[in-house]
Amino acid sequence: MHLDALFGSFDNFLSYTTGGLVFGAIYALVALGYTMVYGVLQLINFAHSEVFMFGTFGMAWTFYFLHGSEPVTWSLGRAAPMLLASLVVAMAVSAGIALLLERVAYRPLINKNAPKLIALISAIGASFALAEAMGLRDRFASWVGLDDDLANYVSPEKARDVYSNPVTIQPHNLFDVGGYSITDVDLVVVLAAILMMVALDQFVRRTRFGRGIRATAQDPESAALMGVNSTRVVQMTFLIGGLMAGVAATLYMMKIGSTRQNAGFILGVKAFTAAVMGGIGNLRGALLGGLILGVMENWGSAVFGPNWKDVTAFVLLVLILLVRPSGLLGEALGKARA
Amino acid sequence: MSTSTQPPVGTWRNPLRAVGSWWDGVVDGYARQPLPVKALVVAVAIALAYALPLLRPPILTTNSIDFGGVMFRVAAFALIALGLNIVIGYAGLLDLGYVGFYAVGAYTTAVLTVYHGSWPFFLALPVAVVVTMISGVLLGAPTLRVRGDYLAIVTLGFGEIIRITVKNVGWLGSSAGIKDIPHPNNIGPDPVLPYDKGGLFAIPRLEWNGFTPSLDHDHATRFLIFGALDAVPYYWLILTALILVVIGDRLIKNSRVGRAWEATREDEDAAELMGVPTFKYKLMAFALGAAIGGLSGSFYASGQGGYISPDSFPLLLSMLFVAAVIVGGSGNRWGAIAGGAIVAYLPERFRDFADYRLLVFGLALTVLAVWRPEGLLPPRRARRAKQAEAEIEALEDGELEETTHG
Amino acid sequence: MIRFSKPARALAVVAVAGLALSACGSDDSSDTPDAAASSSGGGASAFCGKNIAFLGALTGDAGALGQNMVNGIELALKEHNDKNADCQVNLKKFDSQGSPDNAPGLATQIVNDDTIFGLVGPGFSGESLATGKTFFEAGLPSISPSATNVTITQQGWTTWHRVIGNDDAQGAADAQYLTGTAGATKVFVVDDGQDYSKGLAGKVKDSLGDALAGDDQISVGDTNMSAVVQAVKSAGADAVFYGGYYTEAGLLVKQLRQGGFTGTFMSGDGSEDPSFVKVAGADAAEGAVLSAPAGPPPADFGATGLYSTQAYDATNIFLAAVDSGVSDAQALNEFIGSYTGTGVSGPIAFDENGDITESKIYAYFVKDGKLDVDNPEVIE
Repeated sequence: MHLDALFGSFDNFLSYTTGGLVFGAIYALVALGYTMVYGVLQLINFAHSEVFMFGTFGMAWTFYFLHGSEPVTWSLGRAAPMLLASLVVAMAVSAGIALLLERVAYRPLINKNAPKLIALISAIGASFALAEAMGLRDRFASWVGLDDDLANYVSPEKARDVYSNPVTIQPHNLFDVGGYSITDVDLVVVLAAILMMVALDQFVRRTRFGRGIRATAQDPESAALMGVNSTRVVQMTFLIGGLMAGVAATLYMMKIGSTRQNAGFILGVKAFTAAVMGGIGNLRGALLGGLILGVMENWGSAVFGPNWKDVTAFVLLVLILLVRPSGLLGEALGKARA
Repeated sequence: MSTSTQPPVGTWRNPLRAVGSWWDGVVDGYARQPLPVKALVVAVAIALAYALPLLRPPILTTNSIDFGGVMFRVAAFALIALGLNIVIGYAGLLDLGYVGFYAVGAYTTAVLTVYHGSWPFFLALPVAVVVTMISGVLLGAPTLRVRGDYLAIVTLGFGEIIRITVKNVGWLGSSAGIKDIPHPNNIGPDPVLPYDKGGLFAIPRLEWNGFTPSLDHDHATRFLIFGALDAVPYYWLILTALILVVIGDRLIKNSRVGRAWEATREDEDAAELMGVPTFKYKLMAFALGAAIGGLSGSFYASGQGGYISPDSFPLLLSMLFVAAVIVGGSGNRWGAIAGGAIVAYLPERFRDFADYRLLVFGLALTVLAVWRPEGLLPPRRARRAKQAEAEIEALEDGELEETTHG
Repeated sequence: MIRFSKPARALAVVAVAGLALSACGSDDSSDTPDAAASSSGGGASAFCGKNIAFLGALTGDAGALGQNMVNGIELALKEHNDKNADCQVNLKKFDSQGSPDNAPGLATQIVNDDTIFGLVGPGFSGESLATGKTFFEAGLPSISPSATNVTITQQGWTTWHRVIGNDDAQGAADAQYLTGTAGATKVFVVDDGQDYSKGLAGKVKDSLGDALAGDDQISVGDTNMSAVVQAVKSAGADAVFYGGYYTEAGLLVKQLRQGGFTGTFMSGDGSEDPSFVKVAGADAAEGAVLSAPAGPPPADFGATGLYSTQAYDATNIFLAAVDSGVSDAQALNEFIGSYTGTGVSGPIAFDENGDITESKIYAYFVKDGKLDVDNPEVIE
């Protein structure tokens, strides 16, 4: 244990904390997808990690399309127009995958009123298939003879390998907190995450669709009787989860810069943990859970070493659940009042 | 009384579903047979199960990976699914970290037999089972108070904690793993490698040319040598364990304990009110499930490769275990066994798809889930309920049609 | 002539019959006198028309590395088959997903397949340890292009070879480079916790002595390196060594540079891949030193990616044996053991354990936004 690594100086402490917040914000956005679906359907959407993963590729594809394959380094301002374009594409790709999931892996089961657990399995299957499909995209392209034309996008022979944005976004220091330089990229990541979170929260609380979602989450049968189209609500839920994953994917790529076909899995597990920590089904809980998880991971890394960071995160989760059995903010989506 | 299940009116009747109802018919048919016939069927099935890797039936036999090895994996998965079925199917607890118990069993065996001791395998095996059971109680005692789906993530965390701990602790071999784990004891003279293969006698296997079988003496299985070249003896060993566990499972399911589990799963509060100490029974299910996972892990550790490492116990494996139970039919021991067999077998069968095999496997899981949401072999109770539901629906639809037409 | 008593003769007959019945030549290694005779005649090898097996990851997390190896193998086979129309050798691929779990079953399949005479692989150290016994007991010669764990060749598996220097050689050279050529006085060592990485990073740590400023371990798939960056800065290190693969290496150097680290960044052969620069970004990767126990491939080499040259060389050793008329497993194993030659990855000869005897460690540099694969420096 190296308690002094974390608490030895206030600078170090601040630095570990701010570093964790940035990743926590991304966890939180992905966690929204889990939390929304759980709130409405009480299902763990295991394949949500692939929704995120497709978004990261959508982001990188946009840059290849608009910029080309020549590696360059740009500042955030220089990259901003393309970033916005890639945000739209990533959101569209993620939302598309989320809707596809809903249609193929969930709706048939919901229609049959199937046991909850089987949906987990169909989602696991879909998750395998989606990740593998991304890893085999070069093969699909070569079936239609486009692998040469699309080489930048499908990386022939290397489709399973790490896939990077040709444009490296160079962060610029705005100010220092402790030893950690807060950069424009970090600030954008955290602010964007909070902004999206607030927007979604308002959407669910204030709009008609939001009311439908809350009604269905509370009592699907009564909601249906009151004229809520439950299929539309479920679709909407997946759509929102997908859009948020698309935002998360763009922010992630902005910060990290590269992805691969299995990039979703680990992040998905973390995001799911964050959702549970905050109280699954609870939007504000997802934000809180994400941020806490991100920070705790870094603190755990500092004290026990980065190899124990996941253990720290999970032990913390167990402790939280023992004290508060339904998460920190433990209130379900349906109970949120306008 | 007609046993044919009527397809719900208004749904497209797909061919896959027809296969499903045919299978339901087979199960019902078996249930209606008198006891001696049942016993005969079971005896033949068991004999076939033992002989399968030597019979190597065409189509079923895998072409690009050793069939004996696949069968070992299939039996190991079936055993695990059987254990997990107690937790998920009987007690209704979603455990996403079952691989942790598998790892505890494997590591206990490895540590005792080679890493810090030199116990013979059959001495280490029961200790591994007990240690795993204790670890199940240690995990279950604090966490089983957590409600339903939260338990899923807590157990998932447990699986990861075990893996990461093993990876980081030198005493357990860390990431290098533990190698040269001794095989189970041979029966008959030990082999003197490489030419004398030892054993009491050799059992040839069948070789198929199209559909014409012939005896293949070149790849015979020596009875009973646990070596590195032949997986069949390991398969026989684990199959024996599987059969014993099935018998135990049957006894416990039909006992007071089994009924308490069922009551707890269906309505925990009601069960508690009726005087069932639900927590105690949930903990018992957890510990028993863990013990069977540990048993399987112990066989795995001393298996053909005799090597384990943290990489052998990824989180993904937990998902596959759960998939095995649910796809097979949660709550039915035969369903769990079938599910375990499918989840272990299909990826190996799909090796002919080369790089596409995981894609195909993923799609197959989804299709299976959508096609038979109640699992391949659902418990009879669930099937009866579904049938009743379908009938009610059909009646309602019929009424609706009448009113619209009228 | 020895006269048998009647019972003894009967016994002998039974014994022979029993042997015939249960003949257990389950593998190519049980060299019958016939096979030995035909191989001594030279000329076309009995291995013509047969297969080399590849065992390694083709799908899953490490699938990209296995694909590189297959590219190298296929290139070598194609060159051979184009030249020798009457002696075609083909490849059978066995996908272990890089997991020691799947490997034993595949190994059994390989040794029971009579059309397979040699193995390029296994790809990783874990699966090598899990299958070594099987291949050894079956007498199937193998050459691994990429498994570098030191202990594999200490198991007494005489059929096991590798065309890549083990972790010890490289680790010592890397530490030497850091403190010597690069002049670092405080080196921070990071690894990804995998067997290969820990072996390499551990040797570097041991060799650094007082120059070791601290160490940390991340996990494969980690993307958040901010805790490590902070630890490096707190330690005041002027160089960082990373043991692991290019994805995490790229992310680490990227985040180190963004965090203001200006010292030397060095990593081993797992990171010596053009993707390293792509992940890190040209600016962050600039000046990074990547060592590898292999020289640069010739300019016209037709396969790319980490381990493709080693896989190519390993395949060519088998093909050289085929061309020289070797026809049984034992002779093949002896041929490999006494093989000397120069492959695209450097000079090749094996010691009695199957380790490559001469393993020069080269330092490759990232220059002008590219991994300069043509001008490495030999680390003495």
